[in-house]
Amino acid sequence: MRPETEAELAEMIAAAKGPLHVQGGGTRPVGQPVTGEMLHTSGMSGITLYEPGALTLVVQAGTPLAEIEAALDAEGQRLPFEPMDHRGLLGTSGTPTIGGVVASNASGPRRIQVGACRDFMLGVRFVDGQGTVIKNGGRVMKNVTGYDLVKLLSGSWGTLGVLSEVSLKVLPKPDSAATLKFRGLDVAQAVSVMSRALGSPFEITGAAHDPQAGQTLLRIEGFAQSVTYRAGQLRALFSDHAIEIENDPAQVAATWAGIRDVAPLQDGTGDVWRLSVKPSDAPELVARLDAEALLFDWGGGLIWARVPEGTDLRARMSGVKGHATLIRGSAASRAALPVFHPEPAPLAHITDGLRLRFDPRGILNPGLMGA
Amino acid sequence: MEMPVPNADVIARKAQIVAALSKVMPSGAVISDVSETRAYECDALTAYRCAPLAVVLPRSTEEVSAVMKICHDMGVPVVPRGSGTSLAGGALPTADCVLLGVARMNEVIETDYENRFIRVQTGRTNLSVTGAVEQEDFFYAPDPSSQLACAIAGNIAMNSGGAHCLKYGVTTNNLLGVTIVLMDGTVTEIGGAHLDSGGLDLLGLICGSEGQLGVVTEATLRILRKPEGARPVLMGFDSNEVAGACVSDIIKAGVLPVAIEFMDRPCIEACEAFAHAGYPMCEALLIVEVEGSPAEIDEQLSVILDIARRHNPVELREAKDADEAGRIWLGRKSAFGAMGQINDYMCLDGTIPVTSLPYVLKRIGELSKQYGLGVANVFHAGDGNMHPLILFDANKPGDLELCEDMGADILRLCVEVGGCLTGEHGVGIEKRDLMVDQFAPDDLEAQMAVKDVFDPKWLLNPAKVFPLAASESRRNFALAAE
Repeated sequence: MRPETEAELAEMIAAAKGPLHVQGGGTRPVGQPVTGEMLHTSGMSGITLYEPGALTLVVQAGTPLAEIEAALDAEGQRLPFEPMDHRGLLGTSGTPTIGGVVASNASGPRRIQVGACRDFMLGVRFVDGQGTVIKNGGRVMKNVTGYDLVKLLSGSWGTLGVLSEVSLKVLPKPDSAATLKFRGLDVAQAVSVMSRALGSPFEITGAAHDPQAGQTLLRIEGFAQSVTYRAGQLRALFSDHAIEIENDPAQVAATWAGIRDVAPLQDGTGDVWRLSVKPSDAPELVARLDAEALLFDWGGGLIWARVPEGTDLRARMSGVKGHATLIRGSAASRAALPVFHPEPAPLAHITDGLRLRFDPRGILNPGLMGA
Repeated sequence: MEMPVPNADVIARKAQIVAALSKVMPSGAVISDVSETRAYECDALTAYRCAPLAVVLPRSTEEVSAVMKICHDMGVPVVPRGSGTSLAGGALPTADCVLLGVARMNEVIETDYENRFIRVQTGRTNLSVTGAVEQEDFFYAPDPSSQLACAIAGNIAMNSGGAHCLKYGVTTNNLLGVTIVLMDGTVTEIGGAHLDSGGLDLLGLICGSEGQLGVVTEATLRILRKPEGARPVLMGFDSNEVAGACVSDIIKAGVLPVAIEFMDRPCIEACEAFAHAGYPMCEALLIVEVEGSPAEIDEQLSVILDIARRHNPVELREAKDADEAGRIWLGRKSAFGAMGQINDYMCLDGTIPVTSLPYVLKRIGELSKQYGLGVANVFHAGDGNMHPLILFDANKPGDLELCEDMGADILRLCVEVGGCLTGEHGVGIEKRDLMVDQFAPDDLEAQMAVKDVFDPKWLLNPAKVFPLAASESRRNFALAAE
């Protein structure tokens, strides 16, 4: 099925006789495999409204991300949360859509400073499991009218409703950026450097550590003079370290695209996990993971770990608060382990209750998030 | 504003309910004497008052849980209250409710500069969160006007904003985790010091749910390092249209000020008379503030001032020092006090697309003439969050109702141009009945379904947010099930 309008989408869901496998570009096959008729959202495509002076974008859910990025770029703006492109890590080849970005709450390195995809979501239109069209939020930047179903739908992986249209806040693209590179730090030293930098007034928009390359990276963005000034201040703050500065815009962009898309872990076999923890918990935690390869983003709070197939990383997280998601897992691993982090009983009960309300027949991506 | 008929059966059981609460609460933490419960009869929407059946003032999550369990088991509605500063009647009691005030829960539980968060009990006031971390040059970003008094609990319930959201976002963007007590007394944690959810974003759902899904007793909040400095610039214009165009151009230019505040002529005149800030007498005034080191501020302001000059300002005033900066903010910060001196007023909170600003201001002017009530506009222009202040005389019979009708028309206008009823104050009882103007029945049904999941008996703050007619069957069903 490939609806071209929201009305068609609603009709198709209302008429569905069995489970539906909801898919945008098919580039993020995360979660338990879904058995069901394919429901492609790519037919609902196009920018409905873009007001650069109001920093707002309203777009059909199936619109290719590249089309959106091109339109924003033409006005010197961007999606600030830097959504990850999963194709490299997951070996997929489709066309990422904005609906997929929102449904997975995909956020990159800049999340540490500006927020995640969900923080830039202003509104949604979606069709629930009964075929009912529902809208929530809107297209204005401050809106507390009623419950925030916009956040609930962001990161719900198509299990509560199928997005038909999303509204986003966008931001200006700064005219300059730089990467500060530290070499030879161990994980504890890297987290300490990143924490100090993030706790400085110099507005770090990326803080990552790549142990394979032996590099710890900080990003600053803004007007050219400001970037130069802050680079100098950070050099002074870390005067006991040798710091290499990357200024070339294309190089800076490539460096951070690599972090965003987890380039260091893309090769090789094995499962890839994504862990979100308090940054200062990272050094001790990774010592227990026995990972083949690691990448740290968000100042150390986001850990990407590649481990042998079937390894249950959650079992090694005892005493550490946070969550772990099996992003790249073999069929056997996914059959043996929950992909999404199991919730404590009261929250699991609420999650089940919400699913039952929004999709009483259990036909939207059933089982994808477990339960 | 209509409220549901209180449950006579609950009122008749007052003695039993108070006795049960007193068993689990320390002495002095349960208030049931009519002369004392009256202190809680309203929040900052003072036109509506109703003393609760009883008041409980817990000091811990365990005490909140014990109270909720009793109320759940005995079928008693609970109205949570932070500091009672809601302008929307979010904490207005009903005669059959237990009012649960978290004001005594004001401890800092943990401060962590390395990971940049603070964990507090939610009765703590907004400003005192920053107060707890400012010795290390950190701050908590959301800054509602009532920040001296308002509690984090209420900030979370209403997803409060402030003047600086353009850069730092609102409460939901700065909230990392909560401890929440559900209506049946279950205590659970959502989120924490780590980022984002491993499952559905229940934290995002809780924030802004107006105390209808659970009582948040502890919160983990993101703290940020203070910028090196900040500097405002003041601009006066001949017309609202030009000021609106200037705001749009500033945003498009790639500068992201921390605040863009807008005042119209009636507001400028009132503030000037009240605070003598030295504002120019013109149609529209903008205060734009940027942050950074002195050189960074210079760089940003030069871009902003260039844009402003292209719009032929009647006044352009850059703060040369802290004293001048203070004077620029003085009038704006005293706006509400200034209006209060002149008249009673009702403060609205609709948000509109920034591009609709001139049209909406023109229409508000027309409505002002039509209703014969004065309006002053002061608002966060960068994000389109309007605060029209409608002036009325509370002692004149019918004036409040007239003012409410005009307010409703202004809010419908906000919705009509693509905006919403409330940007940061919340729906409460005030905008409850206007929800049908913004949402279709199915939209409201989806929201009420969420409450069904968290609070199947509809006991928690039940008469808020949704039009009474829309929630009636659910409230009655829960009642009949007792």
